Amino acid sequence: MTTALPRPLVLILLALLLVLGLFPLWGKLVFATKYTFFLQKLTGIMILAVLAMSLDLLVGVAGLVSLGHAAFFGLGGYMLALMSPQYEAANLWVVLPLAIAAVGFAALIVGVLSIRTSGIYFIMVTLAFGQMGFYFFNDSKLAGGSDGAYIYVKPTVSAFGVTLVDLDSKLAFFYVVLGVLVGSYLLLRMVLASPFGRVVGAIGVNENRVRGLGFNPMLYKLAAFTLAGMLAGLAGFLAAVQYGFVNPAMLGWHQSGHVLVMVILGGMGTLFGPVLGAFVLEIAQLGFESLTDHWLLLMGGMVIAIVLVLPKGIAGLLIAWTGPRPASEGHDPSEPCERGAIAAPGASAKEPRGTDVTRPASEGHDPSEPCERGAIAAPGASAKEPRGTDVTRPASEGHEQ
Amino acid sequence: MDVWFFLIQVLNGVQYGLLLFLVASGLTLIFGIMGIINLAHGAFYMLGAYLAYWLAGLTGSFAAAVLLSLPLAALVGYVIEVLLVRTLYRRDHLDQVLLTYGLILIFNEAQRVLWGSDVHGVAVPAALAGSIRLTETLAYPIYRLALSAVCALIAIGLYVVIQKTRFGMWIRAGASNRDMVAALGIDVKLLYGVVFAAGAALAGLAGAISAPITSVAPGMGDSILILCFVVVVIGGVGSVKGAFLGALLIGLADTFGKVFAPDFASFTVYGVMAAVLLWKPRGLFA
Repeated sequence: MTTALPRPLVLILLALLLVLGLFPLWGKLVFATKYTFFLQKLTGIMILAVLAMSLDLLVGVAGLVSLGHAAFFGLGGYMLALMSPQYEAANLWVVLPLAIAAVGFAALIVGVLSIRTSGIYFIMVTLAFGQMGFYFFNDSKLAGGSDGAYIYVKPTVSAFGVTLVDLDSKLAFFYVVLGVLVGSYLLLRMVLASPFGRVVGAIGVNENRVRGLGFNPMLYKLAAFTLAGMLAGLAGFLAAVQYGFVNPAMLGWHQSGHVLVMVILGGMGTLFGPVLGAFVLEIAQLGFESLTDHWLLLMGGMVIAIVLVLPKGIAGLLIAWTGPRPASEGHDPSEPCERGAIAAPGASAKEPRGTDVTRPASEGHDPSEPCERGAIAAPGASAKEPRGTDVTRPASEGHEQ
Repeated sequence: MDVWFFLIQVLNGVQYGLLLFLVASGLTLIFGIMGIINLAHGAFYMLGAYLAYWLAGLTGSFAAAVLLSLPLAALVGYVIEVLLVRTLYRRDHLDQVLLTYGLILIFNEAQRVLWGSDVHGVAVPAALAGSIRLTETLAYPIYRLALSAVCALIAIGLYVVIQKTRFGMWIRAGASNRDMVAALGIDVKLLYGVVFAAGAALAGLAGAISAPITSVAPGMGDSILILCFVVVVIGGVGSVKGAFLGALLIGLADTFGKVFAPDFASFTVYGVMAAVLLWKPRGLFA
């Protein structure tokens, strides 16, 4: 697909990627003794970034705010722990597909049950299922209960008897995870650009209209939920390989909330935003921790400041900086989509319906159009459109009895 | 199983449910009227418990501590509403989630700075320290009965205020249509501030009076927050009546879950919630 991001932004992101990818070269010089620590830390952050991106598909694109997403992350890790023989290496080509398939199946079941609800009810149902997963591993004797379980030997990656990648090598694993991160991003971009992704994005903007056009939103939401769950499972699998350890906290709501913060902080619906969110949040935590014991105060202050100052997250800020000036009308269909949405925040928040009407053909139908329009417009539009109404409606009905 | 044992479990369940209602009623009112998802609501519960512990130590009287912690919790709630929450009314719900998540971090750490990471206990006031003998071997503590009575009185008081007074009328009207209420000349900003402060006070009260029967510990706000969201969602968001029934349901489910299936005790609450929402996707009273 054609890239929809403003050109300077693409260059910035590529530069950041290059800096990250070359870390093994410059990190040794800059950090000397702490190099290995930072290498592992960055690997961990990239894994969380994959998890955050998978959640963004639900929260930012489809408008499904899940507070139980970590359950699939943890399940992916537990699948590796359960399938690994105790003192031998598992074969990655066997355990990885099995783990992803199992997580996908779990996500499908949870999805069938939870997408019946919407708004805050969806948040709570996913929370409930996430907590059920947490207590399942916490209370049962399977895989060590609340103590967690160790994976003593990392899986082998070999073809025809030749070891392709040695996952024990921290450097090799760093590049494996980097590859997964970039691959996941490209995969999700492709998905979003496909007709399927356009319908999912349109559901995030206005589900009723999508239904009116003859699509069955439930099927699309279910597919998105399952896909996001599988990607989260992949991230969890990688985390289990990295740490050689899984515990129930991987599935808990704290983890889900943490990742949700990354997504909102980074900028929903942009895919690269949540990745930046993961890096900013984790690196800020590292920095604050080194400053003071009471780093949570600084962390809380930073989160609040970002909400108040950057309504569209870090990605929104970057797009506003690198995109064309806001002076343009932002309704010209030939312009890149973000311009319209970001350049006229007032317009997108105040008159989402009006915008829909003025460009009816653009609502996720023209495959040549960049994908982010629906996604970026969604947060602003959602305040007024169905998600907002879904959430506030029961309140009024509750008092009219 | 013996009848008395069963009765005691029912009393425990109802008492726990009533306590949950105190916290959840504020949460559901704040959501229903102001449209704010307040993740920091559990922090007010924690604040109440720590204030009760601290003031009981200072004044030597638990009753005085509870009475003092109530306005303090309300004040903290009001200040937070004016300084932070007020800026988010027109914003997406997720921004509110993020902001109040930041507040949780700050509250939890402030608690650690002020009172340390130790677990504290508060003594049951002497006047209520006894227990009622039910059989040869079983007895029920008076304090728990008193606590249930206080919660029940507050529940009735809330019902009267919301259904029978002018202020309650504003609240109900504000929940239905805030623009119309503003157009009729009611100071919506003040109304919201008062509702938020009242919710904080109710949660703080719950924390204060539950301090003698639970331990005052870091993180106590987080666990009750999740349970209260469960209650609110089961009852139907914005419905105080729903929150009341939801709280009793969860209180009983949790208590009996611990008795009959201790291995899956934590499971029961979420199981009940999933079942209710699959049956009625918008809660019981929405």
